[in-house]
This record gives sequence, C-alpha cells and structure tokens, in this order.
Amino acid sequence: MSKTITIDPVTRIEGHAKITIQLNEQGLVDDARFHVTEFRGFEKFCEGRSFWEMPGITARVCGICPVSHLMASSKAGDAILSTRPPDTAVRLRRIMNWAQYVQSHALSFFHLSAPDLLLGMESDPGQRHVVGLLQQYPDIARRGIRLRQFGQDIIRMLGGKSVHPAWTVPGGVREALHPESRDEIRQRLPEAFDTALLALSLLKDSFEKFERETKTYGDFPSLFMGLVTPEGGLEHYDGLLRVVDSEGKVLVDGIDPARYQEIIGEAVEPWSYLKFPYYKPYGYPDGMYRVGPLARLNVCDFAGTPRADRELRQFRRLGSLGKPVSSSFHYHYARLIEILFALEKIEEFMEDPDITRTHIRSWAGVNQPIGIGVSEAPRGTLFHHYKVDQQGILQTVNLIIATGQNNLAMNHTVKQIAQAYVDGNHLSEGMLNRIEHGIRTYDPCLSCSTHAVGQMPLHVQLVDAAGQVVAEQVRG
Amino acid sequence: MSVITLTLNGEMISGLTGQTLLEVIREHGVELPTLCHLEGISERGGCRLCMVEVNGRMTAACVTKANEGMHVNTHTEKLQNYRRMILELLFAERNHVCAVCVMNGHCELQSVAAAQGMDSVRYDYLSPELPMDASHKRFVLDHNRCILCTRCLRVCDEVEGAHTWELKGRGIHSMVITDLNGPWGESPSCTSCGKCVQVCPTGALYDQGSTVAEMEKKHDFLPWILGGRGKKEWNW
Repeated sequence: MSKTITIDPVTRIEGHAKITIQLNEQGLVDDARFHVTEFRGFEKFCEGRSFWEMPGITARVCGICPVSHLMASSKAGDAILSTRPPDTAVRLRRIMNWAQYVQSHALSFFHLSAPDLLLGMESDPGQRHVVGLLQQYPDIARRGIRLRQFGQDIIRMLGGKSVHPAWTVPGGVREALHPESRDEIRQRLPEAFDTALLALSLLKDSFEKFERETKTYGDFPSLFMGLVTPEGGLEHYDGLLRVVDSEGKVLVDGIDPARYQEIIGEAVEPWSYLKFPYYKPYGYPDGMYRVGPLARLNVCDFAGTPRADRELRQFRRLGSLGKPVSSSFHYHYARLIEILFALEKIEEFMEDPDITRTHIRSWAGVNQPIGIGVSEAPRGTLFHHYKVDQQGILQTVNLIIATGQNNLAMNHTVKQIAQAYVDGNHLSEGMLNRIEHGIRTYDPCLSCSTHAVGQMPLHVQLVDAAGQVVAEQVRG
Repeated sequence: MSVITLTLNGEMISGLTGQTLLEVIREHGVELPTLCHLEGISERGGCRLCMVEVNGRMTAACVTKANEGMHVNTHTEKLQNYRRMILELLFAERNHVCAVCVMNGHCELQSVAAAQGMDSVRYDYLSPELPMDASHKRFVLDHNRCILCTRCLRVCDEVEGAHTWELKGRGIHSMVITDLNGPWGESPSCTSCGKCVQVCPTGALYDQGSTVAEMEKKHDFLPWILGGRGKKEWNW
C-alpha cells in the first residue's frame, strides 16, 4: 500500500511550507516535494505606485533581509533615472548589505541550524531550538546572538532602524555615516571576527560527525549561479552573472545581470506558490541551478580578502577533483566564510577617509522605461525588474527571489534525504527533522519568495493510497 | 467686539463675539482634533473631528460662532467614540498604508489617529483602485491618501488666487481634480507655487522624488503671507 507523509508546516525556516513524502508499496520513498503554501502578491499590488516608493514597499517583503530588497530596488531605480549614485553612497550601500549578511547568516547558523548541528539531528525536539542551545552551550549561543546584533546595529546606525530602513533610495542613500558610528563599528569588529572564527572551527570540527549527512543532504550535480566582480572575485552588491556546471565548467560569464531573461526562465507547478526558475538553455527541469552562499563560492575565482581566501582554499578541497562543492550541507560552511568576508570588507571600508562624506545622493527624473536591479541577497541572486510610464508609475513588476531559484534543488534535496533516512514503516520525529534540516541548509525565505510571516508547528500525516490517514503526528 | 461668557466643560470662560467655538476652546487650552481646519484659510466643517456638544446638541466647533450662555462639552464619551469612528472611516475609505507612505511620521491623519487612541479599524477596508498623478514636474498627487479635506482647494483659491483645484463627484466618490480634470502637469492655471502641497495634511500631495517617510510639510508660510497682506507690507 503506497502512503504519503506530510510535514506541515516545516519549522525553523522563514515562511510557510509543507513537505510531502510519497511512499511505495514497500514503504520506501518514491518521491518527495517541498510545497510553499503562502502567497504575497507584491508583484501585483505594486502596479500603479511610483518607483520612488519601491525600496520602502519591497523592503516589507521580508523582516530578515529587507536590505536586499532595498539594494535591488534602489538599483532598479538608479537604472530608471540613468544615474550613478555618488561613490560614497555606493560604498555605504555595500556596507549595509554586508552588515545584513552578518546578521542574516548569523541567524541562519546560530539560531536556526545550530540546534541541529550541535545538539543532534535526532535529539530531543523539546530542546532542539535556540533556547535549548542557550541552556547547553550558553557561550556559543550568546556570541551568535551578539554577532547578529552587530550586523543589525550597523544597519541601524546607517538607516535609522534595523528592520525596514527606508535609507537606500533611487540615486543613492538618505543619510551619511556619522564618524561616531564609524568608530563604534571599528571598535566592535574584533569580537565579531572572534565569533565568526569560533563558528568556523565548530562547524569544521563536526564534519567527521556529519559524513553521511554531507553525502545525503542535497549532494547532487547541478548548475550554480551568482554574481562575480569583473575580475572574477566574490561579489554581493553589483557585478556580472556567472553560471558554472557541476564539473566546474563556466557556461555563462561576464553577462550583464540586466540580461537575466536570456538565461533564466520561470516555470510554475500547481502544487506550490513558489515559482521554479531554471537555466533556459537546459530547459525545465534539467536547468536546475543553485544560488546563495554555496553557489557564490563555487562560481567565484577568489574571495578578495585574506582570511576569507584562506577559508575558501579549504572549502575548495571539499569538492572532488577540483569540481564545485556539490553538497548543500556545505551551505553552512559557505555562509560562515561569507560572514568572515563581510566583516573583512566592512573593516576595509571603515578605513576609507571618504566614507563619512555627505555627498550621497544623485538626482534625476525618469529617463528610462525599464529598470532592472540585481544584487546578491544572503540567500542568492535577487532580481527586481520594473517597467514604468513616463511619470515613473509602475506598469509591471517582476521579482525573482533567491529562494525561488533554489526551488528545484530544495525539492531534489528533500527527496534525497527522504530516500536515505525515511522508513515509512517506522516513522519518527527525528527522521523528519532531517528532511527539514535539508531545507534549512538553503536558509529559504518563503515570505520573500512568494511575495508572510508566522510560526509553524509541525503536522505529519501518513496517508494510504486511498487517501485514508493511517498515522498522524502533531507538534507545537 | 464685546465679551461673551460661556461654559466650557463645566467651567465659566469668556470669549469675544465673532470668534468660532474652536478658537475660544483652543484659547482656553482645550485641545480639539481637526483635519480640514487650517489657520489662514476659510472653514469648511468637513472632517467633523472638532464636533462638540452645545447645550446637548452636536455641532462642528470650527463653523459655529461662540454665543453668550452656551454650555459646551468637548470630550464626552459619545464625542470621543464618534471621533474614533470618523477616523476609522477615513482609514477604511482609501488606501492609507502608513508604513510605506512618504508622510509616515509627519502625517496629520496619522498623528490625530494616534492621539485619539485609534488602534484598529472596525470597518471593512474598501481598498479602492485609485490612480496617482505624477505628471507635474515638481509634485505628485496620490488619491489613495486623500481625505477630501479640501485644504488644497481653499489655499489655491483664497491665497494663491489660481483656483486650479476643484472637487468632482459626490460623497465617497468625490475626487480632487485640477482644472477640468486633466493631468496636473498639463494644468494651464497651476502656478506650481506648492501651497497645496504644503497644506495637505497627508501624503496625498507631495514633492516629486520623495521616498518613504521623507516628506515633511510646513504651514508657517500662511500666517506670514496673510499677515503681510493684511498689513499691506507688499508693494505689488
């Protein structure tokens, strides 16, 4: 008798989702799917508004990564104005973007994933959360929270508040960096570096323990996409698109991200609100690609800062024979390297004598009907594509969010973990947590990608072929 | 002008003949919320927030002259309930999304609602589909944020003398328009003086290029202009 297991909702992710696992007659996993069950609709209700408002509106897509939307939206606005923001403004935008990397990646690692990594994938679910972590590893948990706070504080110092700062605008930014804030950031950097390095050693020390997980948590060939600098370095704010395959062969290099439609197509499935972007030349679903920290480190030639480059060399050894690192489990490692990189870049920019300049905004009118703004959000490449009329009123809006681009890969990961760990005849909570962790490696932000916020208890159902519920487990 | 005496919230007070109740009440330190009222332009009595009870009957203080022997109550439970209700209806009628509005933090509607303790809207939002007019070089009109207070109409007509602004439609379907309902940017009568923008209490009229919470308005030019005219300080 074939059965379906449903994990609904998936917990410790940002947004609403469920997972269904289809079992065959022998109780083995036949298929598994990751369903996104929320819908936002930003693309529709922004129509008719002015593009000037878009950074402020689209920042509301997400409370975790509002800064990413601010960046992409402001850049799309720059394109409509056909203006180049002053250099200081661009540098300040980059600093805020990196500060967001620090806070968002710290949240993903310490708050959401560390309970699984440090306490165990199948440990007591009553303890397997950030509070449990605080009880068992108070120092690590506290440091993680402080690291996130550091990122948030930089965002606050620049934008006036840490969530939804309406600070980046078409043409530049609204407030300059105050010298006192610069000094405070400098003073707090050493502690942040210590925490990032501690997290790196903790994770690397646990690799042996997670050998099986590394091979089953999304270890499969796929394409990788991300922005790189014109020289091929790690890039988070601007740059050019690069796509590499699982062998490390560069398929697309140096393409202006505004031409993204030439390489990215979007498919829809009736069972999920999340679209399925794919690499056009390979078609759907063969054009599965991954974005985000793992992809960015796989596509770049180098990081560009000493400590991150040292880590990147170690990271590369995880890929067999010089090929890209293929296991999504290593998203965690890539994320920590990116924290290190972000901290190094913030440190470097704090030494720039022009960083406190007050010429930070360029002014212009509507000069172009189309504005495409692309930046790297913590979860991957983010596209904002606006079409405006002569008055700057939005006619169409297309947002391609990082999490959506990982949709095919997340589905693949869910299936791979289910096949490795799920035994339909003996269902356990820990087993299902492994599948959820597979999703957590991508740190998906579903609120972002479907254009909701909320808490999610867990609901698992075993359903037979006739649709009868034969077993049920509810948590939270 | 002779002195009159009346009772305000149980206390005997005095005022001058010709003053409106709103003027007398505010002179005696009692705060009444208003949205359509603005010092320097004529009264409209449209928003009804300054409603008071005079001898047990409700009336708008801005358009009622103070009279000898009036018994006025300003903050009875009934009045406060009505004020909150009026505000809720304003919020429900159009699309006032404070978080992403150019006037967030500086908006009179928002601050009056906060001061009156309006923390939720009990009516269904109508969510009308309303356009924005960004055709003017310097200013933008966003009907979604308009509360039809007509301050723009009055200042344009009475102070600037252009009478560019008008109202079309009736009741809930009323809309502010420029001239014969053409795009603002093509208005032959608009002098682009910006007075309408400065007196608008919400984000319905704002400067081009303003982003979220960035627009701030100043009303202090009105007494200055009008005072200058009154004292014949202008030579043209």
